[in-house]
Amino acid sequence: MERSHIKQEINITEPLMARINELISHYPADKKKSALLPVLHEVQDAHDNWLSIELQNKVAEILEILPIEVYEVVTFYTMYNQRPIGKYMFEFCQTAACCQNGVEDLMDYTCSKLGVGIGEPTADGMFEVRGVECLGACGYAPMMQLGDFYQEHLTKEKVDQLIADCKDGKITLHDK
Amino acid sequence: MGRKILLDKINVPGIKTYEVYRKEGGYASVEKALKKMTPDEVVEEVKTSGLRGRGGAGFPAGMKWSFIDKKSGNPRHLVCNADESEPGTFKDRYLMEYIPHLLIEGMITSSYALGANLSYIYIRGEYMWVYKILERAIAEAKAAGWLGKNILGSGYDLDLYVQIGGGAYICGEETALIESLEGNRGNPRLKPPFPAVKGLWQNPTVVNNVETIAAVPWIVNNSGADYAGIGIGRSTGTKLISASGNIKNQGVYEIELGVSVYEFMNSDEYCGGMQTDRPLKALVPGGSSVPILPANLIYKTATGEDRLMTYESLSDGGFATGSMLGSGGFIVYDDRACIVRNTWNFARFYHHESCGQCTPCREGTGWLEKVLHRIENGHGREEDIELLWSIQSKIEGNTICPLGDAASWPVAAAIRHFKEEFEYHIRFPEKVKNRDHFVAEPFEKVKHLVAKQEI
Repeated sequence: MERSHIKQEINITEPLMARINELISHYPADKKKSALLPVLHEVQDAHDNWLSIELQNKVAEILEILPIEVYEVVTFYTMYNQRPIGKYMFEFCQTAACCQNGVEDLMDYTCSKLGVGIGEPTADGMFEVRGVECLGACGYAPMMQLGDFYQEHLTKEKVDQLIADCKDGKITLHDK
Repeated sequence: MGRKILLDKINVPGIKTYEVYRKEGGYASVEKALKKMTPDEVVEEVKTSGLRGRGGAGFPAGMKWSFIDKKSGNPRHLVCNADESEPGTFKDRYLMEYIPHLLIEGMITSSYALGANLSYIYIRGEYMWVYKILERAIAEAKAAGWLGKNILGSGYDLDLYVQIGGGAYICGEETALIESLEGNRGNPRLKPPFPAVKGLWQNPTVVNNVETIAAVPWIVNNSGADYAGIGIGRSTGTKLISASGNIKNQGVYEIELGVSVYEFMNSDEYCGGMQTDRPLKALVPGGSSVPILPANLIYKTATGEDRLMTYESLSDGGFATGSMLGSGGFIVYDDRACIVRNTWNFARFYHHESCGQCTPCREGTGWLEKVLHRIENGHGREEDIELLWSIQSKIEGNTICPLGDAASWPVAAAIRHFKEEFEYHIRFPEKVKNRDHFVAEPFEKVKHLVAKQEI
């Protein structure tokens, strides 16, 4: 679904700018660009988990680099979203032990329960299901990433519970 | 009970915090190194220890350190590779999550040895909560005077930061990691020059795995010779093994190198045997990129020796009958597993993770995935097995970085040891329609069908 034309309100708040400056301070003064990946995470987290072109341009401006330098990075790494995504993004690991432990069945179950296909947010924008590659939790398979955290040893019952908890606002997405 | 060097304190309540870690003897190696040793003496101890890179390649850490360029006078950096992403591997995360100060301590002692005043831990983006744990641990260490200017009055300065990645397996390759740390796409660099000469911002840089750096405090506190006394031959010390798949006790274990594969798999101290009464079918001993071993080559080598958990024994027999210790990502399969499906799963992973810089890898990994996908889904062709063999052989050795090899080896090994299973998929497509085709009817039971159809 191409929705990159959707307008995103840009709001670099004071605490966000303070955090960006702190990240920049981790590198020599002439190596500001090194802060790009962490800064993109911070900015994305503060903007409904996605990065419009306008927002990417803003990051380029802050780090004093060319917009293209931001685009190349955003398009290379998997964690930067170039379109609005479901608020609660269930990112199931599909590799190795997770595949061995039935993650595909679990993804089918989750999709049918939410009434969506993979990669399409629910109509209310609350949920989305995505398959990702190895998250480094093979001993705790099957599992998924939800925001900054891992949900491990998943079963259908646990997925049901997670969906309910998300709806009740009991799930924290970011560790700030 | 095997000796524990890295995990001996991991169950101490509160060991995550600076106070408890310090009370348990933490940061002693920094005191000892900075007050009583020269940087070169620390390097010598690590050389003597025989410690080998724990990320997968197994290159001697002390030797890597000794390559760092000191002549140019450029600032030096130590970068910790915490981009743990090799399927089957989840050991570094365990260390960082539960005993983060061990890594910080190792970073300080190791940075001192290298003469680095600005060091980084590069952690994969998905480990976001672990990144926060490390950031807090670094702040605690700094507040307690272990970082910053003139540490312990020694005149040695060190700034240490964590950098978070953006989600890319390739950044575990050291030059891709450096590119990423510079704020670029993770495209590996051509070597030479090696990072020891031109690394981060073209400065001399050493990149070491989390587990490697975490072993340094013990080596400094005791001695390189003591460390070398653990293990067998050139496989010295202890190693973390991430065990997953069809075993009873999945998780992270610290072993003394040299324990037998049989003991590791079956003793209650470690994996505790198979998950159910289904028999052992295959083992990937060192992360998804190493060759898969069939049941008859797991506990014994081809020459009938006991297979041991060492770099040498696991690779005994070369790729024909051996594998590799790799990162210690130990994945066990019972007879419910489908080797074709597993190989396709790995191929999809490597295709997804190829950075796209080298044509053989960019195109070849996609081709492998497609062909494996059609075989697994009952659309394979008789000539596909040869085609797979040919593609993997043309990727291997023809790329800038080892991702190409890592994508080729599992395919080659699967065909080498499980060719009949591929033939079965191709000749009996109706039997593999179901995702779980070997659960009700394991391959052993239908193997005779392939033999009968021999062309």
